[in-house]
Amino acid sequence: MNKQLMASLLVVLLLGACSNKAAKDASAPVADKSPAMADTGAPAAGGDTVASVVADDESGKSALLNDPSSILYKRSIYFDYDSETINAEYRPLIEAHAKYLLAHPNARMVLQGNTDERGAREYNLSLGQRRAVAVKRVMNVLGVQDTQIETVSFGEEKAKLGCAAESCYKDDRRVDIAYQVEK
Amino acid sequence: MFRLFSFFFLLCLSVGARAELTIDIVGGAAQQIPIAVVPFAQSPNPGDNMAAIIGADLRRSGLFRVLETRGVANQPSDAAGVRYAEWSALQAQALTVGNIQTLPGNRLKVSFYLMDVLKQNQLVAMEFEFTPAQYRITAHRIADIIYEKLTGEKGVFATKISYVTRTASNYTLQVADADGFNPQTMLTSKEPIISPAWSPDGSKLAYVSFEKKKPVIYVQSLSSGQRYVLANFKGNNSAPSWSPDGKRLAIVLSHSANSQIYTINADGTGLQPITRSSTIDTEPVWAPDGQTIYFTSDRGGSPQIYRVPAQGGNPQRVTFSGGYNVSPRVSPDGKLLAYIGLIEGRFRVAVQELTSGQVRVLSDTAKDESPSFAPNSRIILYATSVGGRGTLAAVSADGSVKQRLSESGSNVREPAWGPASK
Repeated sequence: MNKQLMASLLVVLLLGACSNKAAKDASAPVADKSPAMADTGAPAAGGDTVASVVADDESGKSALLNDPSSILYKRSIYFDYDSETINAEYRPLIEAHAKYLLAHPNARMVLQGNTDERGAREYNLSLGQRRAVAVKRVMNVLGVQDTQIETVSFGEEKAKLGCAAESCYKDDRRVDIAYQVEK
Repeated sequence: MFRLFSFFFLLCLSVGARAELTIDIVGGAAQQIPIAVVPFAQSPNPGDNMAAIIGADLRRSGLFRVLETRGVANQPSDAAGVRYAEWSALQAQALTVGNIQTLPGNRLKVSFYLMDVLKQNQLVAMEFEFTPAQYRITAHRIADIIYEKLTGEKGVFATKISYVTRTASNYTLQVADADGFNPQTMLTSKEPIISPAWSPDGSKLAYVSFEKKKPVIYVQSLSSGQRYVLANFKGNNSAPSWSPDGKRLAIVLSHSANSQIYTINADGTGLQPITRSSTIDTEPVWAPDGQTIYFTSDRGGSPQIYRVPAQGGNPQRVTFSGGYNVSPRVSPDGKLLAYIGLIEGRFRVAVQELTSGQVRVLSDTAKDESPSFAPNSRIILYATSVGGRGTLAAVSADGSVKQRLSESGSNVREPAWGPASK
């Protein structure tokens, strides 16, 4: 892995950080899906910055959440067309994150709803929100309080560009789990 | 600066290097008024002659046929010099002539005359003083005067539009003259910008920016560029719309549930809920009388347009045909509701007459979004897609005139037509 990539990964992984602002800016896992957006708003990824990012990392980062072999590493829930029904295959993932939130009362999660590009932007924003709320409600049932979760929506704004095909649409219809504060 | 090109015939504009949007007519009214606009006498000439700008405005409206004047011997610069027989022979119904003088202090004065060729009389004689920087806007004002005199409707040439561009790396919020010239960047962001909305006095834009990794509503002054956060509550903050008096905005908040409509003072205080449903309520817009808010809701199972008293109350359904009707906009004269309907499998611009309920489908494109009325209620600007790229288009409210506005190198979307110039 080259240094540049390492640096961007660290920036992306900077989740629980020293200041609220830094934590917020770096906590969008949507960035995972679109590398062009990965550095937006994050601190400059110069050599010096990386060193301090690593230091911050150790104070706020959860080993559980960042273990690639853990189910908690999975952060996306996909939906059928025009639906906010959560398919059974995502139950274990949602339950694992709910359990994590219950075990870490200081942790803060953002559920980010998304839609495909068809239809009006503002209406799609509301449809994405409905998907985020559907995921949140499952977590509520499992005992997680709203104080630990924020539901937001990107609507169609993060949908794949120029791909008017179901193969893209199915990836666009999702809720991403992002941690603003990991622990 | 982007290089310009056009999708269709470049009929109308000689495009200057500073323009970013080019506007092409793809249809015209059945009855066009033949008008001749003689080049205005001026020395030194600043480039585009004022007559060319006026002629382009009139032609772009689709209501005028602007005649070639070079073959006519008579080239008057004031009313006294007009020889009607020659313009009659050209089959002009109207004639505009004028001259520009240089005044002390780097100021200019234009005198212009509008003549009725058939009746051989003078309809308008006016003078304007202006600075060189106001050259184009002065031409647009003159075009507005001619348009109103000959059609009986207010012109909208001296107005502004806003829109959002997306390039490979950035989103920008732009404000430009209604003919696409003088684009100015209000905001550049790595994250999406949607839903710009003009304050009724044209001094501010409210918009939704995702720069904080969530939708937050800002209000920004056009003149100073200064902005403030109007709404940044937990969840989404979106779909701002100004009340006609500019004192309040209708907005959409989600908190921890589905989108609902609120009103809020322009300074961010005085939040008041308008709808309370478990379904989606979004895209609020005020009717021009300030008494009613139109919005989109899926409370009936599919997204349809409803209206509710601006103080809150019982919503009533407004659209009934089709299974997807969104993005309501009320015309400034209060007579028409424009919206986007999924019609024969395509998202298209439609208008409903509010008194009769009669619906007309206006566009024949497929991915239409964000309709926006011109201040004279005659034209609807909207976003569409051509060749997979976002572009703007306009259609007259009677469907007779269609225009496309295009810019190379970026996707253009989210148009909003500014208010009438004061």
